[in-house]
Amino acid sequence: MGERFSEVWRSREILYFLAWRDVKVRYKQAALGVGWAVIQPLFTMITFTLFFGKLAGIPSSGVPYPLFSYSALLLWTYFSVTLSQVGNSLVANSNLITKIYFPRMLLPAAAALGGILDLLVGSVLLIGMMFYYHVTPGWSLLLTPLFVGQTVLLVMGTGMLLASLNVRYRDVKYTIPFIVQIGLFVTPIIYPVTFIPKKYTTLLALNPLTGIVEGFRACLFGGTIDWSIVGLSWVVTLFFLALGGLHFSRTERVFADIV
Amino acid sequence: MAESVTVDNLSKCYELGRLQNETQLRDQLVNLVRAPFRKRRPKEILWALRNVSFRVNEGEVVGIVGRNGAGKSTLLKILSKITYPTSGTVRARGRIASMLEVGTGFHEELTGRENVYLNASIIGMKKREVDAKFDQIVTFAGVERFIDTPIKRYSSGMRMRLGFAVAAHLEPDVLIVDEVLAVGDAVFQKKCITAMQDMRGGGRTVLFVSHNMSAVENLCSRGIWIANGQVRLDASTHEVIEAYMGSFTSSEGASNDLARLEDGRRGSGEVRFTRVELLSKGGELQTVTRSGKAVTIRLHYHATEAVERPSFGIKIISEMGTLITDSSTWLHNLDIPRVNPGDGHVDLEIDMLNLLPGRYSLSLWVDSALKHHNYDVIEHAMSLDIEEAAIYNTSRRIDSRYGLVFFPQRWRLEGIDGTAPE
Repeated sequence: MGERFSEVWRSREILYFLAWRDVKVRYKQAALGVGWAVIQPLFTMITFTLFFGKLAGIPSSGVPYPLFSYSALLLWTYFSVTLSQVGNSLVANSNLITKIYFPRMLLPAAAALGGILDLLVGSVLLIGMMFYYHVTPGWSLLLTPLFVGQTVLLVMGTGMLLASLNVRYRDVKYTIPFIVQIGLFVTPIIYPVTFIPKKYTTLLALNPLTGIVEGFRACLFGGTIDWSIVGLSWVVTLFFLALGGLHFSRTERVFADIV
Repeated sequence: MAESVTVDNLSKCYELGRLQNETQLRDQLVNLVRAPFRKRRPKEILWALRNVSFRVNEGEVVGIVGRNGAGKSTLLKILSKITYPTSGTVRARGRIASMLEVGTGFHEELTGRENVYLNASIIGMKKREVDAKFDQIVTFAGVERFIDTPIKRYSSGMRMRLGFAVAAHLEPDVLIVDEVLAVGDAVFQKKCITAMQDMRGGGRTVLFVSHNMSAVENLCSRGIWIANGQVRLDASTHEVIEAYMGSFTSSEGASNDLARLEDGRRGSGEVRFTRVELLSKGGELQTVTRSGKAVTIRLHYHATEAVERPSFGIKIISEMGTLITDSSTWLHNLDIPRVNPGDGHVDLEIDMLNLLPGRYSLSLWVDSALKHHNYDVIEHAMSLDIEEAAIYNTSRRIDSRYGLVFFPQRWRLEGIDGTAPE
């Protein structure tokens, strides 16, 4: 195990170049370029604000609804887009897997890393919106990297599991959009956790993204962090990370033979 | 000398059929339900490699030869750690680089420059190294003008050159190369071979797979012949190539059964060819031979009645239909007074078959030297395959582009005034 990590560490330049390739290629020949990193969550936010904030009158914990939904969408967009890229990272790079050796772990890791740029670009708009709505964050703002980091770990964990399953079972290709579709509704993106009847809160909190989104918002907007939800979310995240990592390393020896 | 690569009892098996059929979860579930009610279908197993062992010393350049499907690629993939053996071990000292493909990981949308960095890092070079060698790499590939152009605009040759250039500047302790010289133009091939020879000079261990026997002969000090997943022969390059080429013997082609052939045949039939054989100098049957080798063409015949003063002949015709040579016992002034009823044969011994690689056709005839009368004439009785060889003792690939024939020859350069200007 230790040997594997040191090998990954020695190959970190490959990780960098693979992530860099993904980023470069993503916006090549796209007129709006990296602007798409903002456009996607921005327009989703506008739609949500109109339908859920205005028409349906869903509460937003005392924060302006656009800010409320955009903050969650920022992490959600990263999660959903990156999950499908991580999940497909092995199959999409089968030409590399069958022709050269390097730690296979770098492929999902590069996909997870490559999405972070979009996340950063998207946060610029978030900062702008916070100024616009005169929301002043407190010291808890310093805790936001904890939740962003957790999202990356969650993407890696679930992504590695899906990616290694995908090598053998192409069903995964159809599963990912499905997970993403359901995930949007069982994560408090459109609504706050308090909107759900109390007895279902624990059930909702089993979705690790619940703790991530709620914690992220609390840090940004100065609310109180519900540590029981956040704690459970970390437990689930680490469970997926262990499961994904384990399945990945158990199966990686046969990737080249069956991909 | 220190051992660089040690391969012990390496085996690899693939289960046939299973992989394709059961990559859908549904099939697995269906099988799970059905399994108790059904007899286990025996798994079809293919042993791609079986108990392969060899040792390579530091600085040795080893050529691995064998037919397609013999297990060479599987062996290289295991040595490169791409796939894992079913059993057995591989130990290698130092940095291993494998070139199973040129330009692995190249992305169409990225520029030449970007791809150099990407590819170099994937094959195991550090960014600092690439920074230091970047100009050399680009010059080697000869793509200076296009280095900032996306490689989707590159020709396949340029892409190949760029890929090889990166690999040639990697400085591994062990280099594993698969058939990369098969592509590219002659000039570039020369460059690659020189680069690889430099590697040999640099004490690097090289394992080289190729179907280009002249490249193997010139680059490698030792050969390993893989057949049916096993090491058939591990010896000097020369021995291995001879044995490997000699193995292209089969009932079909090597000795053409002409007894029942009727197409393209004419003649009165008192004497008829029954078989034609291509033999090596040592008298073994062959289906192909190499440029410059000694061969014997043996013509078997059957005579139904006694024939006086016959003359036997062979024509060698190019694929395009050009008559290259027509040789006969009559031209050699050989008098054959009489052929009695029954079977017999005549041999044409060729000291040096100076045909360039390609496929040629043999036509046979036997006629009467006295009267203008054909006993048996067969157009295209057999095809003659000539493989490449290092006929000028160089690593240049000499194939059909250079014509049909070659002559024992040398160039003399004493007449050139090549002194540098003052």
